[in-house]
Amino acid sequence: MTALTPVLPEAPHEGTPRKGTTTAARASRRRGRLEPWLYLAPAFIVLIALLGYPIFQLINVSLYDYRQAQVSGKAPLKFVGLENYQKLFADPQFWTVLGNTVVFATACVVFTLLVGSSLAVLATRLRPWVRSLLFVVSLGAWATPAVTGSAVWLFLFDPTLGLVNKTLVAIGLTQFQGYSWTYDKWSAFGLVASEVVWCSFPFVLVTVYAGIQAIPTEVIEAARIDGASMPRIARSIMLPMLRPIVIVVTIQSIIWNFKIFSQIYIMTNGGGIAGQNLVLNVYGYQQAFAASLYGLGSALGVIMTALLMVITLVYLRILKRTGEAL
Amino acid sequence: MTAVDVSPLAPQAAAENPQKFRKNGKRRFGADAAGIIIALIVAFPLFWMVLSALKPKTALDAGDAAPFTLEPSLDSFGRVLGVNNFGQYFLNSVIVALVVVVLSTILAFLAAVALTRYNFKMRTKLLIIILVSQMVPVEALTIPLFFLLRNAGEAIPLVGLNQLGSLVLVHVGFSIPFAIWMLRGFVAAVPVEVEEAARLDGAGSFRFVRSILFPLVAPGVVACSVFSFISTWNDFLFAKTFIISAQENQTLPMALLTFFKPDQNDWGAIMAGSVIMTIPVLIFFVSVQRKLVSGLAGAVKG
Repeated sequence: MTALTPVLPEAPHEGTPRKGTTTAARASRRRGRLEPWLYLAPAFIVLIALLGYPIFQLINVSLYDYRQAQVSGKAPLKFVGLENYQKLFADPQFWTVLGNTVVFATACVVFTLLVGSSLAVLATRLRPWVRSLLFVVSLGAWATPAVTGSAVWLFLFDPTLGLVNKTLVAIGLTQFQGYSWTYDKWSAFGLVASEVVWCSFPFVLVTVYAGIQAIPTEVIEAARIDGASMPRIARSIMLPMLRPIVIVVTIQSIIWNFKIFSQIYIMTNGGGIAGQNLVLNVYGYQQAFAASLYGLGSALGVIMTALLMVITLVYLRILKRTGEAL
Repeated sequence: MTAVDVSPLAPQAAAENPQKFRKNGKRRFGADAAGIIIALIVAFPLFWMVLSALKPKTALDAGDAAPFTLEPSLDSFGRVLGVNNFGQYFLNSVIVALVVVVLSTILAFLAAVALTRYNFKMRTKLLIIILVSQMVPVEALTIPLFFLLRNAGEAIPLVGLNQLGSLVLVHVGFSIPFAIWMLRGFVAAVPVEVEEAARLDGAGSFRFVRSILFPLVAPGVVACSVFSFISTWNDFLFAKTFIISAQENQTLPMALLTFFKPDQNDWGAIMAGSVIMTIPVLIFFVSVQRKLVSGLAGAVKG
């Protein structure tokens, strides 16, 4: 429950002031202290119940030997401390899965950002109707649900019925007759990554394009008059101005790609042949729900949360350094 | 802060924003050609999905001697609609997504009002908490949520396992942080003078928020709701985990997964189901895209 502690109505605002601050300061001068808390309460009650409490429970369960027997109450709960974590760290499969996750997610992030930003720059050079076309189809890819996007890509790359193999055979590459794209570990990861990039680059495209449009034309013109070359303008003016946007987009991509679940689950049929395509959260899910090792699955969840929290903190650090107010 | 209107689909926007990079017409022709080719590549999977959904099953199973010919047939749609209460699944998905959108948007809007138009000590801390809470991998919370819902279901009707309410609850929880984050910009953009005028006219705080502020930021609210809609509509993990035995409460993605069978996927049905599943999101997306783009630009600039 949110405690309704009395707060100073004129608390000094930490961080750089921004437009909204003055609004807030002027408006709150004539209002009660409890008012903001009344507006916050509903959202925060939900957040505490459905996010805060589960996070606490996740950590809690990860410290117990918690299996099917304990769930149904046939065996007593046994506190094992960090044993689940020790088991994981001693298990070579955990390190393989962690490595898979880092390599796969990083590749997705890099390609998503490259494709998205390159297209954002390209979009500024296009005729309006071509730009509209590009944006419409990108929004289409973005709006495609993960499940259906995975299904279509899987169909395109189907060994016998897929268009890709048929086309390759038709142009004379007969070795692709019935070739399975998901048989080899990295070819399977590559296929999933392609789908991920396809459905996540539009977010980068739209956001970075908006950022480029927001750069005042006068600044660019002034630099041009001063004789700066186009690459120089891009490097010394546009990149610094786009930096906050690039940081946000990068972090968002990292978060989303480390959490990818549906695409791996569907395209590699739950983690690939003999689990070769497992990533952390699919692995954690399987440990918990397929093998009923809830304690171990929770420990994997905690490790993943910790990983992402570290990334978040780095993100906040960078934000602070660039002087961006929250 | 004010959201800059950078709609890519508004022709006048291009006129107001002179080309920043253009050097000469020749170069531009190359860029246009590249743009068109890329657009076609991006669109291809969607085109292929629709084309394959409209083929007779025999053509697909035989491996399609001529993949681009089309003898339109609603054969596959018939199989999808006829199997496994597809209509019921569709309805369930719509109900869950709409309830989540309405609830999470209202709660997030109220929280955004508190976080942008009031100054109090905890403000920055709360904003950081909201930002951090977006970073929690929801898949990791499936386990504790499973137990939470199992216990809650015994005390509260409609929110236990196998109930649509359980899906609504978890998605509201996971949609709120990002929604608050995005709505802040829209709420902060309403000038304080509007508020002062309303107070002079005798409107109380709640009255102002309800009758003046909300209508003013409504377009932004709709744009933000697209994200809650998508994440709810796409989810199959929670549906798979929490709806275990009540078939009639399953959602659309799970229906689609029933057509995946090792080595004998019914591709026609999968494509037809995919079309049915993608259309509502596309409609929603295209109808709010202008606001969405400006909202994104605003949210990023904070």
